[in-house]
Amino acid sequence: MHSTQQRTTDPAIRIQGLEKSYGELAVLRGVDLEVERGSVFALLGSNGAGKTTVVRILATLLKADGGTAVVNGFDVATQPSNVRESFSLTGQFAAVDEILSGRENLVLVAKLRHLPDPGAIADGLLERFSLTGAGARKVSAYSGGMRRRLDIAMSLIGDPPVIFLDEPTTGLDPEARVEVWETVRGLAGRGTTVLLTTQYLEEAEQLADRIAILHQGRIIVNGTLAELKQLLPPAEVEYVEKQPSLEDVFFAVVGDANHDRQSRS
Amino acid sequence: MATYFFADTAALTGRTLRHVTRSLDTVLTTAILPIVMMLMFVYVFGGAIDTGQGRYVDYLLPGILLITIGSGVSYTAFRLFMDLKSGIFERFQSMPIARSGVLWAHVLTSLVANLISLVVVVGVAVLMGFRSGAGVLSWLGILGMLVLFILALTWIAVIVGLSASSVDGVGVFSYPLIFLPFVSSAFVPTQTMPGPLRWFAENQPVTSIVNTIRSLFAEQPAGGDSWTALVWSAGIVVIAYGGAMVAYRRKIA
Repeated sequence: MHSTQQRTTDPAIRIQGLEKSYGELAVLRGVDLEVERGSVFALLGSNGAGKTTVVRILATLLKADGGTAVVNGFDVATQPSNVRESFSLTGQFAAVDEILSGRENLVLVAKLRHLPDPGAIADGLLERFSLTGAGARKVSAYSGGMRRRLDIAMSLIGDPPVIFLDEPTTGLDPEARVEVWETVRGLAGRGTTVLLTTQYLEEAEQLADRIAILHQGRIIVNGTLAELKQLLPPAEVEYVEKQPSLEDVFFAVVGDANHDRQSRS
Repeated sequence: MATYFFADTAALTGRTLRHVTRSLDTVLTTAILPIVMMLMFVYVFGGAIDTGQGRYVDYLLPGILLITIGSGVSYTAFRLFMDLKSGIFERFQSMPIARSGVLWAHVLTSLVANLISLVVVVGVAVLMGFRSGAGVLSWLGILGMLVLFILALTWIAVIVGLSASSVDGVGVFSYPLIFLPFVSSAFVPTQTMPGPLRWFAENQPVTSIVNTIRSLFAEQPAGGDSWTALVWSAGIVVIAYGGAMVAYRRKIA
């Protein structure tokens, strides 16, 4: 899992003292974070915790007010073009073209990444993501899970070393969620660095090598799942008073009377 | 990055053009409003309008063409707005491409879609008896004038598409563009209008553009009108382009 095949041992992503406010509202208040190359890192937080803001800054879509962020060795503020060569973003809503077919979406991205033979790349990805049969259909006819698979497939074109997945399973049914998880595991297996944001604890538990919790604009916890579990207080045995349910009441009133009669006869 | 500007813009234009060809109804809808107006004015009101010149349809067509463009660019604003809303705009902006290519793709597509609508409208006008003795040079002049006007309104549409907060807002902006020709020389000669209105009609951009195209259709010298029309159109292009760049930077900050 660790950086055997990487050229450098620098972290894939390094964030220091990142700050961002929208007017009066301070969304990020000094975020520090490092993501090791080839690892899957989950940024966990409730809605509005600032996860998407972090991703948008890393993706050069938003400027930070303070602090630095480095992706693949390039500073997002001063070397945005190099940064954009280094990652792919899969946003919160499947950003696919509904009017084009799945294959046309893939071909378009391959063209924009200036790769030779966009058609072959598209066919390869359709196959890999089990979309070959739907490749010629308009994306507007796709299910949520298919759309998300296409979205991730589009992000893989050009083999970027880093992938940002912003809430990749929000709004998906359980089956589609498992499909996405399989895809992310596959990426990790190929040595791609994945930064994933999620509000589902289970997702982080399933996928991530390291987990950070973003809360009120700061990283309050950062570690492996085992380390995080150690932060919990040890298991305790508690005595809980059991309140009678309506059923207990019912049998106490009706059943017991029956019971009394039976015992008498 | 700049080396890829043309390749990226071409790829993105291919995408937006497909949006047009796969919803040809938008092109037809664009053409229907001006065609209905043309029918109304030629067959209903036309008999009562004295332009002091030949056929009324000949007099009317230049203004109808401008209305066609005004109605057409609202789809450009709409398509751009939907790109922003769906997140695909951000996807493109996060990729290693010539980022402004996304806007240019919409502008070029607007040009193509509007030209198709214009051809449809001219076709209907011909069926209604429109005839022009214009030579090749005059037709090129008309085409140039219309292209410039499409660009001017398209860059305004880009500003709207980038900064609108709802689909309704996108739709409303084209109303003034469609109705401005009514207070111009497009339907009736401005001499018939009362003082202040006449002053406005004679000094707003539509009148000079309409007069220029009308003169070119009739193979008559357009004189000062053509320069006024060029200055207006080019001026709007420059200002709207500047505004679009400001709106764009604010969006991708």
